[in-house]
Amino acid sequence: MALLTSTKILTSVGAQAPVLAVLQLRASSWWTEVQMGPPDPILGVTEAFKRDTNPKKMNLGVGAYRDDQGKPFVLSCVRKAEAQIAAKKLDKEYLPIGGLAEFSKACSQLALGPDNEVLKSGRSITVQTISGTGSLRVGANFVSRFHNASRDVYLPKPSWGNHTPIFRDAGMQLKAYSYYDPKTCGFDFKGALDDISKIPEKSVIVLHACAHNPTGVDPRPEQWKEMAALIKKRNLLVFFDMAYQGFASGDIDRDAWAVRYFIEQGHNVLLSQSFAKNMGLYGERVGGFTVVCKDAEEAKRVESQLKILIRPIYSNPPMNGARIASTILNTPELYKEWLVEVKDMADRIIRMREMLVSNLKKEGSTHNWQHVIDQIGMFCFTGLKPEQVERLIKEFSIYMTKDGRISVAGVTSANVGYLAHAIHAVTK
Amino acid sequence: MALLKSTKILNGVGAQAPVLAVLQLRASSWWTEVQMGPPDPILGVTEAFKRDTNPKKMNLGVGAYRDDQGKPFVLSCVRKAEAQIAAKKLDKEYLPIGGMAEFSKACAQLALGPDNEVLKSGRSITVQTISGTGSLRVGANFVSRFHNVSRDVYLPKPSWGNHTPIFRDAGMQLMAYSYYDPKTCGFDFKGALDDISKIPEKSVIVLHACAHNPTGVDPKPEQWKEMAALIKKRNLLVFFDMAYQGFASGDIDRDAWAVRYFIEQGHNVLLSQSFAKNMGLYGERVGGFTVVCKDAEEAKRVESQLKILIRPIYSNPPMNGARIASTILSTPELYKEWLVEVKGMADRIIKMREMLVSNLKKEGSTQNWQHVTDQIGMFCFTGLKPEQVERLIKEFSIYMTKDGRISVAGVTSANVGYLAHAIHAVTK
Repeated sequence: MALLTSTKILTSVGAQAPVLAVLQLRASSWWTEVQMGPPDPILGVTEAFKRDTNPKKMNLGVGAYRDDQGKPFVLSCVRKAEAQIAAKKLDKEYLPIGGLAEFSKACSQLALGPDNEVLKSGRSITVQTISGTGSLRVGANFVSRFHNASRDVYLPKPSWGNHTPIFRDAGMQLKAYSYYDPKTCGFDFKGALDDISKIPEKSVIVLHACAHNPTGVDPRPEQWKEMAALIKKRNLLVFFDMAYQGFASGDIDRDAWAVRYFIEQGHNVLLSQSFAKNMGLYGERVGGFTVVCKDAEEAKRVESQLKILIRPIYSNPPMNGARIASTILNTPELYKEWLVEVKDMADRIIRMREMLVSNLKKEGSTHNWQHVIDQIGMFCFTGLKPEQVERLIKEFSIYMTKDGRISVAGVTSANVGYLAHAIHAVTK
Repeated sequence: MALLKSTKILNGVGAQAPVLAVLQLRASSWWTEVQMGPPDPILGVTEAFKRDTNPKKMNLGVGAYRDDQGKPFVLSCVRKAEAQIAAKKLDKEYLPIGGMAEFSKACAQLALGPDNEVLKSGRSITVQTISGTGSLRVGANFVSRFHNVSRDVYLPKPSWGNHTPIFRDAGMQLMAYSYYDPKTCGFDFKGALDDISKIPEKSVIVLHACAHNPTGVDPKPEQWKEMAALIKKRNLLVFFDMAYQGFASGDIDRDAWAVRYFIEQGHNVLLSQSFAKNMGLYGERVGGFTVVCKDAEEAKRVESQLKILIRPIYSNPPMNGARIASTILSTPELYKEWLVEVKGMADRIIKMREMLVSNLKKEGSTQNWQHVTDQIGMFCFTGLKPEQVERLIKEFSIYMTKDGRISVAGVTSANVGYLAHAIHAVTK
């Protein structure tokens, strides 16, 4: 094939002398050693789902909210914000490197609460980022460049799959602390405290603020308090990942409680926020990265370095999603409407959890499914084993990841009965 | 101040024992060693401009197009595309990691021409990126990870300021080849060939496809041909930065000529594209990164690795700008309108160059200002010395960067006379 294509070049170039050179270059390549990368585990689930012709098929791998008809959902407050923005006929000039100022301000107020002393004293800096991933990567790069006291980042076991390459590609070393107890499908509190007590001083520890991904298992407030005290004692740098504020319990203050508590206790945390789920802004890529500093002067120094770091990655962030989020957060009626809509999404998820458990009982399952209701957020670690997951896929066309994680967002009133029936069939 | 804040915590917490610990943590800090970063040179220009109260002030640092009233310009075809998109009430689901497929396809076709054999044979991969910077960074990261035969990237002297940190933060070493001749304010062709002939094999060489930034000096076609042959002989990996296709000459095929010629000659190039200027989509962050491969199989391997690289930076790119660009490129009437509008912008720039030179002559200047009309694109290297630039800022409130670079986009029919007068005053 290389020869055939080369003939075309010969004909158009016409000269004889460079023929060999051209053939040589065409046959050669810069990327011969580049291996085909492993397929993405989650995308693989969706691809297999798409190929399946079973009308009862269910995609429980999807990490995006679905309404009770199983359709993607654009919030009404988002549509209103978009209309408002369109009417203004704004220009498309570059945002500053740190993003839309009104967005960053509202973003940190949402996380910390508008009366937080951190915001009043100006001792934090928040930059707009490319959703949660972009925020985590900016934070990882910042830590890699400026936190010279340690190269180690401790993730809960398990954690979101992408955390690992984010920190690794940023030059950090990945370690883990116990978190999930497969025996209870719950929080391994004792194991977590044990491991955390041994983490070397000044290491970075990543905490999921709410709705732990992938397990749905969150510490209770009393447990968070003990962890905060121990982490302070160990003198660790806390990095909160908050991708589900409002989406977990339906209450934005409740979901941010751990972040605010840690700050109150004197932890100068790093914080990543995403508006992908709680505002349904997935593809618009809206997020924020915050560094809580000692004082306003330090915040200024940190801000200057964040800009120097961001500029050679993407120069400045995308405007559209930030304008939408900022409009919602800063317009009282839209903000109120948003709080209702995010609570509705959380409530539907909670209801599906309850219906799944009651349907399992109706099917006659004698297993303890309490964890399905105890867990919170988009995902549920069912406790199903790989062989059982395999059967669900092959016999029932119900798709999920091998670890038994389901996205409750993919469950509807119409299919929860089928799901319960199938799960009972493979676990009885 | 730390003590005052700690007192608040004491009141809130109430306990005595942790007092010292809290005070300790508050006074301590993770970011004590973080230095204030140097101010951005270009932003400094705009900031000084904003503070100036002179009604005749001119901002010639701005790297964005302005209409003849000096206002930001949103293209009519963009507004139409936005209206079309809004009417469809599309969802906001995540794009794939490599972005919107229709966009990436149209993006590659625009650069290479729709009948290019590269596209027909499927031997290239194009991913949507966060405008030009995002594209360059993805490319730099890709080269750093997979081009193991060399760590060296050769930039023209001078080049866009951000090229250096982009490649450096990606782990590459920066080197330079001669490019601009300050004696002629033109292309140092002999110097470039001399330097290129000494570049070690398999190094990466960055070429500005058209409208070189910051000089506005482009090689002539015959010169490009000699460079292509020499670069092939030296066996260098070519990385094209094309941020101004259509915006330079007003003709999208003419501006892409060098890229297409190199590919025809057998160079399997890397290519970064931006739609910030030619579609005025600045803050929407629309761009593409292309790898021309040996064949379709290699393109698949490269694609898989690009996705693995991109996922831990930002997961997937922003949708809004890509939808706009894709709509324009794929809708014949809008595409036609776009070609007219981009030519309109390029023509206004060219007209301002001509008016500046004729006004300088009218002022009585005896200097050779030929380079102002020979140079192309948004920027012009005036040849003014730092002391002269200083006087322009202080005595005339005309702002530009110290290297004498002006953004012709900031020149209008109304202020070109004043500009000529001022330049003459400091150079006579």
